[in-house]
Amino acid sequence: MWSFIVNPWPWWFSGIVIVFVMFLLLYFGQSFGFSSNLRTICAMAGAGRISKFFDFDWKSQLWNIAFLVGAIIGGFIAKTWLSNGEPVKISDATIRTLAAYGFATPGGAQPDELFTWQAALTVKGFLVLALGGLLVGFGARYAGGCTSGHAISGLSNLQIPSLIAVIGFFAGGLLMTHVLFPLIFGIK
Amino acid sequence: MRMAKYIKFLLVGVVFGIVMAKSEAFSWYRIQEMFRFHSFHMYGIIGTAVTLGILGVALIKRFGIRDFAGNPIVFHPKEKSLWRYLLGGTLFGLGWALSGACPGPMVVNIGYGYLTFFIVFLFAILGTFLYGVVKNKLPH
Repeated sequence: MWSFIVNPWPWWFSGIVIVFVMFLLLYFGQSFGFSSNLRTICAMAGAGRISKFFDFDWKSQLWNIAFLVGAIIGGFIAKTWLSNGEPVKISDATIRTLAAYGFATPGGAQPDELFTWQAALTVKGFLVLALGGLLVGFGARYAGGCTSGHAISGLSNLQIPSLIAVIGFFAGGLLMTHVLFPLIFGIK
Repeated sequence: MRMAKYIKFLLVGVVFGIVMAKSEAFSWYRIQEMFRFHSFHMYGIIGTAVTLGILGVALIKRFGIRDFAGNPIVFHPKEKSLWRYLLGGTLFGLGWALSGACPGPMVVNIGYGYLTFFIVFLFAILGTFLYGVVKNKLPH
């Protein structure tokens, strides 16, 4: 039992837990959609004075900010007490492909080539993280939701708009991975 | 502020953070692998969640299941449109594949100790702010 918990969770168990999170939020009278928090944080910081989009009763969204704080704590718990410390076991094909772009075989959950401070504080490293974040934040609100709001909540409710958004997520992801990624990282 | 009503959401968030980490869905490597079609892992996670989600939502509607406070569980249909979902979704996907994280996993990574995700998260907030500023000029 304990070894099941501290080893990486299989996809079917992970999927069950994620949908459990969605139903718990519905049971508590809310809905699963994480990126709304980005808008709430803008509103809390006073962005309502600049754009009407942020001029709303953000206090009604504090439940989701509590969820966000919980997610940070959950990450800490997973790392500290529920991890066997082994690197992510991605497929050999991905390891080989990424090696061609100068990425070493995984030594943890994230590549040192992008997420150490040493890498993140180079000009290129910083721009990659900043641009990635900027696109996610802009795109999520433009599309009216992210993976949780559209791919999980929206598809569960058979929403055509969510299906279009998820098709967009994949169109963008494939374009980045197969067309722009080689231009950004270059074959080594 | 009455903290008690927020505790339950914090606890659900803890479960979410743990599953994002333990499923490895918060890993940049897993997102790369997904967009290269090298593994079933991420598709299995999303497919399981959506399949059970469709069943559960249908049951809630069919039997009029209520929430903990006794109110009906209501689902708000998404506003009908094409461009905002397609264009916004594509921009989101570009960022998702580059940074390897959607908004939830960004903060899970911070809790996990990958503190550079703070940069990604700050710029995600900035991206949402920029959207709010220019939204009236965009096709929706």
